[in-house]
Amino acid sequence: MAEKSYRDAIRDAMMEEMDRDPNVLIMGEDIGVYEGTFRITAGMLKKYGPKRVIDTPIAEAGMAGTAVGMAMFGLRPIVEMMTMNFAIVAADQILNHAAKVRYFSGGQVDVPMVIRGPQGAGVQLSAQHSQTFESFYGHFPGIHVVAPATPADAKGLLKTAIRGKDPVIFLESAALYGMKGDVPDDPDFTVPFGKSHVAREGKDVTIVSYSRMLQLSLVVAEKLAKDEGIECEVIDLRSLRPLDLDPVYASVQKTHRAVVVQEQWKPFGAAAEISASITETMFDELDAPVARVTGEDVPMPYARNLELLATPHEEHVIRAVKKVMYRA
Amino acid sequence: MANVKKESSTAVADPVCAPEWTDILRQMFLIRRFEEATEREFRRGKIGGYLHVYIGQEAIASGIITALQKDDAVFCGYRDHAQALALGSDPGKIMAELFGKGTGLSKGKGGSMHLFDAEHGLYGGYGIVGGHLTLAAGAAYAARYQETDKVVVCYFGDGAMNIGSFHEAMNMAGLWGHQGMCPIIFVIENNGYAMGTALERHSALTDLSARVQAYDIPTEKVDGQDIFAVRELADRVVKQVRETGKPFCIEAVTYRFSGHGAADILQPYRSKEEVERHRHRDPLEILRKRLHEVCGLSDEDVKAMDEWATAEAARAVKFADESPVPDPAELFTDVVAEHGPRPVAETETE
Repeated sequence: MAEKSYRDAIRDAMMEEMDRDPNVLIMGEDIGVYEGTFRITAGMLKKYGPKRVIDTPIAEAGMAGTAVGMAMFGLRPIVEMMTMNFAIVAADQILNHAAKVRYFSGGQVDVPMVIRGPQGAGVQLSAQHSQTFESFYGHFPGIHVVAPATPADAKGLLKTAIRGKDPVIFLESAALYGMKGDVPDDPDFTVPFGKSHVAREGKDVTIVSYSRMLQLSLVVAEKLAKDEGIECEVIDLRSLRPLDLDPVYASVQKTHRAVVVQEQWKPFGAAAEISASITETMFDELDAPVARVTGEDVPMPYARNLELLATPHEEHVIRAVKKVMYRA
Repeated sequence: MANVKKESSTAVADPVCAPEWTDILRQMFLIRRFEEATEREFRRGKIGGYLHVYIGQEAIASGIITALQKDDAVFCGYRDHAQALALGSDPGKIMAELFGKGTGLSKGKGGSMHLFDAEHGLYGGYGIVGGHLTLAAGAAYAARYQETDKVVVCYFGDGAMNIGSFHEAMNMAGLWGHQGMCPIIFVIENNGYAMGTALERHSALTDLSARVQAYDIPTEKVDGQDIFAVRELADRVVKQVRETGKPFCIEAVTYRFSGHGAADILQPYRSKEEVERHRHRDPLEILRKRLHEVCGLSDEDVKAMDEWATAEAARAVKFADESPVPDPAELFTDVVAEHGPRPVAETETE
């Protein structure tokens, strides 16, 4: 174990996999000479050279589409999107091509590729640079969607993504890049997709989350335990597709109450899917309707005070927990 | 013999009279009769969805694909039956795919627009105009990255040249070509129409080759109805691209005799006279006439060839017709390699 930042864990995962498999390469905008906007790829061009660390033009469809072709031919490309907001430009390449080729070819090719980059609210990045995309991608069959909440998971899940056979949308939280945590040193340490886990045990309310909101939920859980004697069980989904809700169901069987926390907009969001699944499967176990904590349903404003109003905070989660306990 | 991929061009006294050219004519007959059969089967309701046939453009598929080697790869748009046939895919499996049968190339999961036969070098049939150009450029990069001498051919229509992915693919191919890392031949099948919108109405600059040159990719324009011209150019270009790892673009000027798709019956965007005028430049007839005049190919030989092609198409239809539909379990396979979805019914009973 070593203490690493979320950022370094991502870089370590990529470099270990590039050392392990010559078919792994990375491309993106300003990832080589510039060393990456968020410095995720610092040092990689120097170590691996321009054939494996490809500086691309600002052309997201080009990046994603060429990666699909490379993957079909046996390479394992990683595409760094400077931010996931820009990946919408490549929606056709990702959703109509990467996600579909295996199926419409009747399984004739693997498409082992990773599209990764930061998402989520930052500090005054405004409407086009603050969005989250898990429900957008999670809607489509044919891809995996991953959103790690810790440095260890960032590393382990990314290695699983790179070693896989399918397109993976790897959603990093820009706000977590500096976060530190223990990360296993073993170069073969991986975290499988579709394995949610209990990040904190509790008996009163189940909180379901992922990525940055998982960290927020853990902070809230400690606070509620200390201040109110409420013990929340916090479940980290890790991947949204595949989505493993078995630990959630097991937890709800114990707590009979659930809150789902996401940063993105409420309509048609990940929390809607999770909440509906809990209700469908655990209806008789529930003592209260499942509550959702989400961002406000507006484009992200620039002004700092408005931005803070648009995103979920501790008090929103506390309010939701109390609501499902009828202690509001 | 459907597959007449190039083996070696042995020098003969009159190269036009080499057996290869009769094989090519036979292949073009197969494409023509196969496509006519698909139109009939569409009208009979045996083929569903969209159907785009290649009639009139045969020389471009045959002329370029017969210049390729075994491991080369082809990407194309949704007008893709001819490329599959030229690459040597089994006509029965192609037709079965069109019929939505489990014996189809992709087990009936792709259909007409998504023919795919990796074993024969066909890496798809794609239904989003221009979307596959980036894939082909990436595949070409991979070919060099893996230190193979594979060449990638990417077919698309003039109508694909106005969408973003065209420009992104061209620019990246041009850049990678500077490092010898993009052995790709882009083939513009310039049939004068983006579906029903004529070239001068869809492209501000109608010199399509000039638009490709803007990405530092050399181009050459060719009469797409003349198989000799197409093949001569293809031989040169394939060799050059294989040697240099740099992209090249062939603009084949052609005309589709059939509608855009099977549903394009009225064709209000062009006159009957215009279609008739172009029908006089039928690529099959151009090749037949030359083989007749130079090499003495007889009417009987041509008739036998045509009958063989007609029988092959009929055999394909029969095979498709008699094949079983896909197993219902196939609904859930090939979505992803692992973590495949479970049937909804199964989830509900939990």
